[in-house]
Amino acid sequence: MTFELPSSRSSDLWQPNRQMSKLSEGAAKATFTLFALVSVATTLGIILTLIFETIEFFQVVPLWQFLTEDRWTPLFADAHFGIFVLVSATLLTSAIAILVAAPIGLLAAIFLSEYASPKLRQWLKPMLEVLAGVPSVVYGYFALLFVTPLLQQIIPDLQGFNGLSAGLVLGVSIIPLIASLSEDAIYAVPRSLRDGVYALGGTKRESIISVVLPAALSGIVASLILAVSRAIGETMIVTLAAGQNPTLGFNPLVPIQTMTAYIVQVSLGDTPAGSLAYKTIFAVGMTLFLITLALNVFSFWFVRRFREKYE
Amino acid sequence: MFINPLPSSGMFTANLPQRYRLDRLFVFFCRAAIVLSILALAILMYDFLVDGLPRLNWQFITSFPSRRAASAGIAPALVGTIWMLLVVTCVAFPIGIGAGIYLEEFSGDSWFSRVIEVNINNLAGVPSIIYGLLGLQIFVRGMEPITGGRSVLAGGLILSLLVLPIVIVTTRESLRAVSDSIRQAGAALGATQWQVVREQILPIAVPGILTGTILALARAIGETAPLVVLGALTFVPYLPTNLQSPFTVLPIQIYNWISRPQPAFHDNAAAGIIVLMLVLLSMNATAIYFRNKFQKIRA
Repeated sequence: MTFELPSSRSSDLWQPNRQMSKLSEGAAKATFTLFALVSVATTLGIILTLIFETIEFFQVVPLWQFLTEDRWTPLFADAHFGIFVLVSATLLTSAIAILVAAPIGLLAAIFLSEYASPKLRQWLKPMLEVLAGVPSVVYGYFALLFVTPLLQQIIPDLQGFNGLSAGLVLGVSIIPLIASLSEDAIYAVPRSLRDGVYALGGTKRESIISVVLPAALSGIVASLILAVSRAIGETMIVTLAAGQNPTLGFNPLVPIQTMTAYIVQVSLGDTPAGSLAYKTIFAVGMTLFLITLALNVFSFWFVRRFREKYE
Repeated sequence: MFINPLPSSGMFTANLPQRYRLDRLFVFFCRAAIVLSILALAILMYDFLVDGLPRLNWQFITSFPSRRAASAGIAPALVGTIWMLLVVTCVAFPIGIGAGIYLEEFSGDSWFSRVIEVNINNLAGVPSIIYGLLGLQIFVRGMEPITGGRSVLAGGLILSLLVLPIVIVTTRESLRAVSDSIRQAGAALGATQWQVVREQILPIAVPGILTGTILALARAIGETAPLVVLGALTFVPYLPTNLQSPFTVLPIQIYNWISRPQPAFHDNAAAGIIVLMLVLLSMNATAIYFRNKFQKIRA
């Protein structure tokens, strides 16, 4: 009886297939590089899209007219293109929002970081996350159908659409952002700084106000700027609650139209591509993009310039 | 003449009772701020629950939109939202996780990776409505033969781009949390970088990645503005059947009902909000479940 030998000795020994490994390594690396480039392509796409249509817009409407006129009526026969009308509405709602959200968000952050017990923190942080995750259309419902009727009982002059309730609810919607980002910054301040104040005879409030907050300043300011930038770009709350009526001025009791609300209004209508009205939404979008970009760049610079580093 | 170096008015007095009173006041305001935020959430939920619960029933879930509020429903919007979920899952997950792996494991600290990093930070700050303009120009007009215009595919792609930065950032954080000794052990055994990532690093990082990506999905589902700009319809009397179908989603249907003058439609909107919030909260709960599991493994 013959014993059959395996045809080759190597078959029962594991051998690395280096060819294959190299191939799959290269393929994986190439694919993932491509995926990482998608984000660069997105940025380029956004900038090119906006620039392209905006240039076409400014070939019809001169820039000085866009910047200096005091009426915004691009859909009327007597067309005017004063962007500042829309910008003023955006500024008004964002200003109200940050006036509400900055103190509440910051105090809430101080409470979470300095006063709350670990157990309480464990409960409060997920609740703030839920508040942050509420879709903006839900806040819009709340602003238009709950806050406005409520405010009308206190302020009889308040109209059905107004900047006040839109701004207030916008403020509520950005509280979680300020609270969680500021809390991160405050929590990161080392314990030894607080202990130093106690050693000098300071109280807890004094340690927070005179030492902890200044040490966390860069993070706090960054969170506030991000919140303003979010408020400026927010769409559904202001579209639903502030109205569709472009008026210049800062009266919070009357209907106004923000930049984002104008883009929604044109998008919902039947505007043919290539028409001037179609191009206006890109010009408005460009303005919005530049404002939020400037804020983001400023906050980035501020953090780098004023960050306190502790080892 | 002798001058007192410490005039009595400049003497330090501890005045502790007064300072402790201020302390208590300060704590009161901090506490009030957090109570106010939670209260806002409670009132918000109470408001739409009271308005919407009576309207919520099986007929509402399975009906098509209608001019009569009582017979209108959210079927096309709910199906549209599920379509969005599928497209975003299939597009944003692989691309976002792949880009995250590249940036964390392969690229090192080159200028290229720094450019991409700055770029992702900036993208996260772009208002969502601007993504709508991008989608309108590129996916709806530029790629009309592929996407079919204002379609499920165009909407899903733009939401994918919108949440991509979130997926990339959470993937990177989860990968960074995996101990370096595992990478070194893999390299010592002769494995290639990709083999180590595939067989060792990714399985450990998956719960963290899942947490972040589910939260990203939840964000995509709640978005209204980019889809409105893209031209998603507000009145869809049929179910979308393929990637090129016109569509609507829950937030747009809700927006449409809120902006009508009749109060009966407002109740429909509230009922729609309840359904949307149920979907979002269950996604959040899943994410928190994964996070807790993750923390237990690491502990």
